[in-house]
Amino acid sequence: MDTKTSQTLDKYAQDKYKYGFVTDIESNRPKKGLDEDIITFISQKKNEPKWMLTWRLDCYKKWLKMSDPQWANLKFPEIDYQDIYYYSAPKGFEEKPKDLSEVDPKLIETYNKLGIPLEEQKVLAGVAVDAVFDSVSVATTYKGELEKLGIVFCSISEAVQKHPELVKKYLGSVIPPGDHSFSALNSAVFTDGSFVYVPENVKCPMELSTYFRINAEETGQFERTLIIADKGSYVSYLEGCTAPQRDTNQLHAANVELIALEDAEIKYSTVQNWYPGDEDGKGGIYNFVTKRGLCKGKNSKISWTQVETGSAITWKYPSCILKGDNSIGEFYSVAITNNFQQADTGTKMTHIGKNTRSKIISKGISLGHSQNTYRGNVSFLRKADKARNYTQCDSLLVGNKCGAHTIPYIDSKNNSAIVEHEASTSKINEGQLYYCRQRGLSHEEAVSLIVNGFCKQVLQELPMEFAVEAQKLVSISLEGSVG
Amino acid sequence: MIFLNINNLNVSIEGKKILNDFNITINEGEVHALMGPNGSGKSTLANVLAGNEDYEVNSGKVIFKDVDLLDLNIEERAQKGLFLAFQYPVEIPGVNITPFLHASINSKLKNEKKPEIDNLSFTKLLRKNAEELGISSDMLKRSINTGFSGGEKKRYEILQMSILNPEFAVFDETDSGLDVDALRIVTEGINKFKNPKNSFLIITHYQKLLEYIHPDYVHVMRNGKIVKSGDISLATEIEASGYQNF
Repeated sequence: MDTKTSQTLDKYAQDKYKYGFVTDIESNRPKKGLDEDIITFISQKKNEPKWMLTWRLDCYKKWLKMSDPQWANLKFPEIDYQDIYYYSAPKGFEEKPKDLSEVDPKLIETYNKLGIPLEEQKVLAGVAVDAVFDSVSVATTYKGELEKLGIVFCSISEAVQKHPELVKKYLGSVIPPGDHSFSALNSAVFTDGSFVYVPENVKCPMELSTYFRINAEETGQFERTLIIADKGSYVSYLEGCTAPQRDTNQLHAANVELIALEDAEIKYSTVQNWYPGDEDGKGGIYNFVTKRGLCKGKNSKISWTQVETGSAITWKYPSCILKGDNSIGEFYSVAITNNFQQADTGTKMTHIGKNTRSKIISKGISLGHSQNTYRGNVSFLRKADKARNYTQCDSLLVGNKCGAHTIPYIDSKNNSAIVEHEASTSKINEGQLYYCRQRGLSHEEAVSLIVNGFCKQVLQELPMEFAVEAQKLVSISLEGSVG
Repeated sequence: MIFLNINNLNVSIEGKKILNDFNITINEGEVHALMGPNGSGKSTLANVLAGNEDYEVNSGKVIFKDVDLLDLNIEERAQKGLFLAFQYPVEIPGVNITPFLHASINSKLKNEKKPEIDNLSFTKLLRKNAEELGISSDMLKRSINTGFSGGEKKRYEILQMSILNPEFAVFDETDSGLDVDALRIVTEGINKFKNPKNSFLIITHYQKLLEYIHPDYVHVMRNGKIVKSGDISLATEIEASGYQNF
C-alpha cells in the first residue's frame, strides 16, 4: 500500500461521530436487570391491558430457556442481561405529552440538533416523524393529516391502547417470539416503536419516519415496530437512529414486523448510524435486530433498503416471506464497517407462493480492522412454482487489515425455481483513484466518489428526501470529517 | 517562454531502469510528438509526469512553469494545469461525469484562487462542449467510461480536457484501438482546443495520428531517452523504415 493511501486510512481511523452528544435530562428508570417484576413494571408504565402483560410474560419464559444464536461471524463477550436497564424515560413522561408544549425543551432541542425538528412550523416537508427517546415516544408529527385518510401512525404503546384488535391479530405473527432469543427478549421487554396501519386502497401521501435515539447510559433499547398495509394500499417508511458516544457497549434489540395484504406495497428504509465505538473498538452499540415482512396477499410487495454505517456489532437480516402468489420481496443493502466494527448482515427470502420473485442487492464496504459479512438465505418451498431470485453481492475492501465474507445459502424444493447469484470482492481500485486524482480530486474525495458509485444501485432506492443525506453519511463514514 | 523542462530524469520500476537521463524542453503553444518502439519508455514518461506513484524517480528535475512537478502529488499537478489523456481510461461504475468533472474543475479553480463555477453554469458548459464533440446527452448520463467503446472513451477524455482547460496536455497513445473515424473525431477535438497558450505532448507509436495533428517537433525515443529530434519528416521516415535506424 502506498503512503498516501495509508495516510488517508489513518485519517479514516480517526473517524469522528457527530451525534455523540448526551442530552442532560433526568430520567426515570427502575433497577437494572431482567425479571418478571421489571416486565410488569414496563407494562404498568405503558398502562397496558392484561393480555399484553400475559403475552410479555409468556415470551419472557420462552427467553429464559433459550441461548443467543452463535452462528454469526461476530466476536463479542457474552451479554450480561442483568447489567442492563430495561426502561428509561425522560422525567415528565409518566404519560405521553398531548402536545409539544408539555415536552421538556431539552428534548426538542436534542431532535433539532439531530436535524429532526418536531415543532409544527419547522417539521420536515412531506415526512411524518415519530420521535423515540430511550423507551418512549416523544412526539409524532402530521398526525391529524394522516388521520383524515384513515392512516394510523402512532407509537406502539398507543396502538396497544387504541387499536388492540389489530395489535392482537398481528403482533408476533411474522416474527414468532420463540424464533430466537433476541425476538423472545424483545417481545418480553419492548418499550416503544411505531405502529402503522394503512387502510384499503389508500396510498400514503408522505414518508412515515421514526427516529430512534438512545440517550441514557447502560440502557437497552427494545423497539417494536408493526406496519400493516391493507389491500391495495401503499406506504413508505423510514427509520433513523443515533446514540451518544460512550465507552461501554449498549444493546439495541429491535423487532420489526411488516404485513402486506393483497396488492399492497410496503417500502421500508433504514439509515442506521448508531455509535460505532472508537478507533480502538471501545464502546458502541450492539445492534441485534430482527426485521421480517410477510407478503400475505397475492401481488403484494415488500422492499427493504438499508444503509448501515454505525454500531459496533450489526446482526441484522431483513427478510421476506413470500406467501401470496406473485408477491415480490426486495432487499437493497449498503453496509460500511470501519475501525473495529463487525457486521453480519443480509437477508432471507422464503418463497412459498407461485410466481414469487425476490431480488437482493448487497454492497459491503470494509475499512480499517473491520469485518463485514453478507449472509443470505434463499429458499423455495414445494409449491413455489416458477419462483425466481436474483442475488448480487459486491464487497469492496479499503486497506489490507479488513475482511469481507459472503455466505449465501440456497435451498430449493421446487424444480421450476430459477436462481441467479452474482458475487464479487475487490479492493479499491488504484487505477480509479489515479484517474480521479489526475483530474484534480484529492485522494479522500476520490475514495468517497468511488464508494458512492459502488453503492449507487442501493442508494437510489432510498426515498428522495433521504438519498442525499445517505450519500453524505457514506462520505462521512469514510472520511472522518466532523461535518 | 519555457513551459516544461525535463532535465536528466532517471526513473525505474522495481529496480529496472526505464528513463535514462531523459531531457526535453517544451515552450508555450508548442505541440511535440514523442515516438518510439514498444518498451522505449514513452508511457512511463506520461505517467511520471502525472505523478503515478508506481514509478521511482531516481534523479532529475521536471520544471513546469515555476515549480518542480516532482515535489507535487497527483492532484496538485492536475490542479496546476497538467492533464493526462489516458491510454486506457478506467471505468468508474455508478459515478456520473457531471458531479465528477464539476468537482474537478472547482478544485482547479480553487487552487487558482478563482471563484468556483455553480451547478447550472457548469451543466450548460458541459452540454455545449459535449455537443461540439458529438457526445449525446444519453452518454453524459452514463457512468464514467463504463461500457464505452474505445472511441467513446477517448472522446470522453477530450471532453474532460476541454472543460478543465489545462495549460499542458499529455496524450498517451490516444490512437491505440481507434478506427479511422474515431481517430478523426478525437484529433479534431484536440485541434479545436489548441491555442497559442497551451502545449501538448503527443505520445504515439504510429505516424497516422500525426497526419491529423501537426506537431512542431517530432522526437524519437529509445531505451529511455530521446535519440533524435526533428520535424514531421522524421515521422515520415519512421513510417517508411521503422525504428531500426535509431
